[in-house]
Amino acid sequence: MKTTRGKIIWVAGPAVKADGMMGAKMYETVYVGEQRLIGEIIKLTGDVAFIQVYENTSGLRPGEPVESTGSPLSVSLGPGMLGSIYDGVQRPLDVIGRIAGGFIKRGIKADQLPMDKKWRFIPLVKKGEEAGPGDILGEVPETPLITSKVMVPPDARHGKLTYVAPESDYVVDDVVAEIETKDGKQPLKLYHRWPVRRPRPFSRRLDPEVPTITGQRVLDTFFPISKGGTACIPGAFGTGKTVTLHQLAKWSDAKVIFHVGCGERGNEESEVLTEFPHLKDPATGRPLMERTVLIANTSNMPVAAREASIYTGVTMAEYFRDMGYDVLLVADSTSRWAEALREISGRLEEMPAEEGYPSYLASRLAEFYERAGRVVNIGKPERVGSVSLVGAVSPPGGDFTEPVTTHTMRFIRTFWALDANLAYTRHYPAINWITSYSAYVETVRKWWAENVSPDWYDLRFQAYRLLQREADLLELVRLLGPEALPDEEKLILDVARMIREGFLQQSAYDEVDSYCPPPKQVKLISLFVKFHKLAEEALRRGVPLKEIRAMTIIPKLIRAKYEIPNNRLDLISELEKAMVESFERLLLTEKAEVKVA
Amino acid sequence: MTVERTGLEYLSVQEIKGPLMVVGGVSGVSYDELVEVETAEGERRLGRVIEVGEGRAVVQIFEGTQGLAIEGTRARFLGTTLKVPVSTEMLGRVFDGLGRPMDGLPEPVAEEMLDINGEPINPEQREYPSDFIQTGISSIDGMNSLVRGQKLPIFSGAGLTHNMLAAQIARQATVPGREEEFAVIFAAVGVQNDEARFFRRSLEESGAISRSALFLNLADDPAIERIVTPRIALTLAEYLAFKQGYHVLVIITDITNYAEALREVSAAREEVPGRKGYPGYMYTDLASLYERAGRIKGLKGSLTQMPILSMPSDDITHPIPDLTGYITEGQIVLSRDLYRKGIYPPVNVLMSLSRLMGPGIISQKRTRADHGDVSNQLYAAYARAVQLRSLAEIVGTAGLSETDLKYLEFGDLFEQRFLKQSYTENRTLDQTIEIAWEILSTLPETELTKIKEEHIKKHYRKRVG
Ligand SMILES: Nc1ncnc2c1ncn2[C@@H]1O[C@H](COP(=O)(O)OP(=O)(O)OP(=O)(O)O)[C@@H](O)[C@H]1O
Ligand SMILES: [Mg+2]
Repeated sequence: MKTTRGKIIWVAGPAVKADGMMGAKMYETVYVGEQRLIGEIIKLTGDVAFIQVYENTSGLRPGEPVESTGSPLSVSLGPGMLGSIYDGVQRPLDVIGRIAGGFIKRGIKADQLPMDKKWRFIPLVKKGEEAGPGDILGEVPETPLITSKVMVPPDARHGKLTYVAPESDYVVDDVVAEIETKDGKQPLKLYHRWPVRRPRPFSRRLDPEVPTITGQRVLDTFFPISKGGTACIPGAFGTGKTVTLHQLAKWSDAKVIFHVGCGERGNEESEVLTEFPHLKDPATGRPLMERTVLIANTSNMPVAAREASIYTGVTMAEYFRDMGYDVLLVADSTSRWAEALREISGRLEEMPAEEGYPSYLASRLAEFYERAGRVVNIGKPERVGSVSLVGAVSPPGGDFTEPVTTHTMRFIRTFWALDANLAYTRHYPAINWITSYSAYVETVRKWWAENVSPDWYDLRFQAYRLLQREADLLELVRLLGPEALPDEEKLILDVARMIREGFLQQSAYDEVDSYCPPPKQVKLISLFVKFHKLAEEALRRGVPLKEIRAMTIIPKLIRAKYEIPNNRLDLISELEKAMVESFERLLLTEKAEVKVA
Repeated sequence: MTVERTGLEYLSVQEIKGPLMVVGGVSGVSYDELVEVETAEGERRLGRVIEVGEGRAVVQIFEGTQGLAIEGTRARFLGTTLKVPVSTEMLGRVFDGLGRPMDGLPEPVAEEMLDINGEPINPEQREYPSDFIQTGISSIDGMNSLVRGQKLPIFSGAGLTHNMLAAQIARQATVPGREEEFAVIFAAVGVQNDEARFFRRSLEESGAISRSALFLNLADDPAIERIVTPRIALTLAEYLAFKQGYHVLVIITDITNYAEALREVSAAREEVPGRKGYPGYMYTDLASLYERAGRIKGLKGSLTQMPILSMPSDDITHPIPDLTGYITEGQIVLSRDLYRKGIYPPVNVLMSLSRLMGPGIISQKRTRADHGDVSNQLYAAYARAVQLRSLAEIVGTAGLSETDLKYLEFGDLFEQRFLKQSYTENRTLDQTIEIAWEILSTLPETELTKIKEEHIKKHYRKRVG
């Protein structure tokens, strides 16, 4: 590839200008300065290139060389990614840590994939067969949880396989197959490279009819996200974005998880790294780290690499989708990504749109969320994979009318609105059930009916109705006080409170409650819906509300979520029976009293 | 700080605006380079290069540009970034905002010279903080536990008791079961002289002064220096924590003054402003301070940060507290209402938060088994009480149920017995949790849905019978 050499003429923070760059291309990767810091060309005028630098530019001076590499910012896709932690441009932080210790030093070069590690390659094709883009050549059992597929890169050409390596152990750089195309012979390795800003191709999109089960009641039952779906979770600081995303990363039933920490806290990455190796995947019992990849470009790491981090993450996610896996990517926080965009744009003195953000903010967000989807992949054998995208949004002052939130809302289909007032009262997850929504409720209905319970949809509807009634009634209470309401309406307030405490609230830090399997969700919600029916009936038959309120079973119903282990759903059935009996007793004493009177 | 007298010297100042000075005709100048400026009268100031093009460098002057002239001012580019000497000898000493001794004693002998910007901690190398710090303050220990290596700011307002609270924490903080005491690094950023004196006296009285270092940029000191003072303090703190194995507590006050200095520089550069005129990169800039807290795998020490900031007009959505809250691991919010009721410390627990309490302490069972449940129940009950209080103001207590009235009582007990304590009262965690059970016992058992039945059996039933 042809490279260009120019020299620095201007430096301000992460932005650098270099001249003598005629022939360089947009988004090309460049080496900046004597220390060969990594950068990317983001604007070209004449022979002057504007470069965003992915490392600290302190000490850089005009006159130092800039060398283009001839290729756009790319990631290496192959075995060795699972369980790793990378910075925003796929530099392995564990390797850097081993070289440099506790602090990140500049200019350290480390291979994106381990180059000396041997992987078992099991060929699935034979010499002489035809092969084309996306075709699976063989498998590598990468972790006990995930078998990696070795694929013909999507940008390769059709041809005949002139060589297929026998089953044995190889390093990623070894040639495992060779394809003869019109352009000549092309060696294929265990890995290939792909530019992060270019979506990987697929064959066609499928409907979002399978939910991503997260084990979080308010999400799965009330505001589900489908496999291949998009969601955003906006909220003021401390309302629960990160905890919710961590919960998704831990418990959701996607096959591979990408956690992109984009301009957030170092300790949150360390929390994942400390916790995940000890947590077991609910489906297989294997450590969660075996299916997880972390991209960590924390708030104090270079801001340009923060901008790149979500592309790095989503490109890697697409690679696993192409293998036929369901992938979930959570990005915390897309607002910090947008700010990185704004900072670089400001240094380039571009004309700002709203709140200083560049006018292309909306189109960049759209491009990102467009990379989600459940698709039929390219290549043989035919397979289906998905990428689901969930982005945290951190609106200044918690104000949802700001640009990043409003633009994001145009491109997502599930909206989990965090509410600071709920967080202040420690209602967690602080997801406001009135303002949140999901466009997937109808599409995943069939899945729930077939796989969990035919009643899910109706129970959900009835419970939701009670919560809506509560919201309306609370408006009245605010003016008149609760005692002004008739008993049936007071009862609605009571039951809604039970649903809030016993169902919506879910502690991430409770051993049992942290994950709630779908059948338990249905059983719990049905407890409360049934309680309401029985209590309404009891009221009608003359039982005073006071006696219903004093029922000692109520705290047991509310505690069921964490007191009853997830593998003992029979105990919920018993509790339900006990509840029915308590009501029967109430009615009996009532009758007795009526008789006496 | 010592500045070597080498480097290229220029007399070609082209422009002076705000805290910035543009020097022309330069060559070989690098971004972030340290600059020594000498006025025609021979007065010396320091600055750093914040933008450099061919033949032109923009220099930010820490002491401000007042009195600088285009003619006769010399700029000497020193070929290095701003580095400060650090050493354990700096404990027990007082320095100015640029790290020069203010106590009349000689310059400490440098063990190392370090760049004040430090380097980002590799997230992979962080050790997750989980050592519970007992501060002796119920509202913190019981409900918003502080952890070694955490960054937990105090959000306050003009005239509230944040200094007392910070001083009390600095005095009382211990890790139960461990002997190690904290080294305290105190950075005053644009605060009044008497506030700085208060801290100094408090450190002297408790005997902590010998393991403290104070960096003072006071209200009448140069504003732009405020961008440097916390970085110098943190550089020493990192050195003590990660090279010398100290457990360090850094108190920085007042971050609002720091942010104002940032805004001043940004305005002078004519940058597109973000909210309320603060620069769009303020989040990233503040993070470059706060993220210097933490623990590192395999190293003994820790760096705990307690920045103090006053919320302009008590508004928590103002960019300074807002961006801080987005970076720190929680916040302790002080309330003017509680302060007016005579409650010290006036901690608004509902708006306060310690993010490390759940994952760092509760799920790892680092304290009492009932700590988490009790805290959750206190939050739920007090939140209910506060809601009912405002409802009672409108509809009167007659419109409330029997249980509701119990909650109102609970709210008062919570404030008077749990929150309120004296400046010298140092409660153990056990004492704090026992007080919590006392006041929770005034509520009916059916209300305690956040607490596991086993704990209720053990602590509630024996009280209520
Ligand atoms: N499901 C939950 N269970 C228990 N606690 C929770 C839950 N969700 C949130 N919290 C509490 O809320 C705190 C803040 O949550 P989190 O760190 O996720 O906020 P955030 O929205 O990511 O804030 P920021 O924008 O500042 O990063 C947590 O530390 C935890 O104490
Ligand atoms: Mg967060």
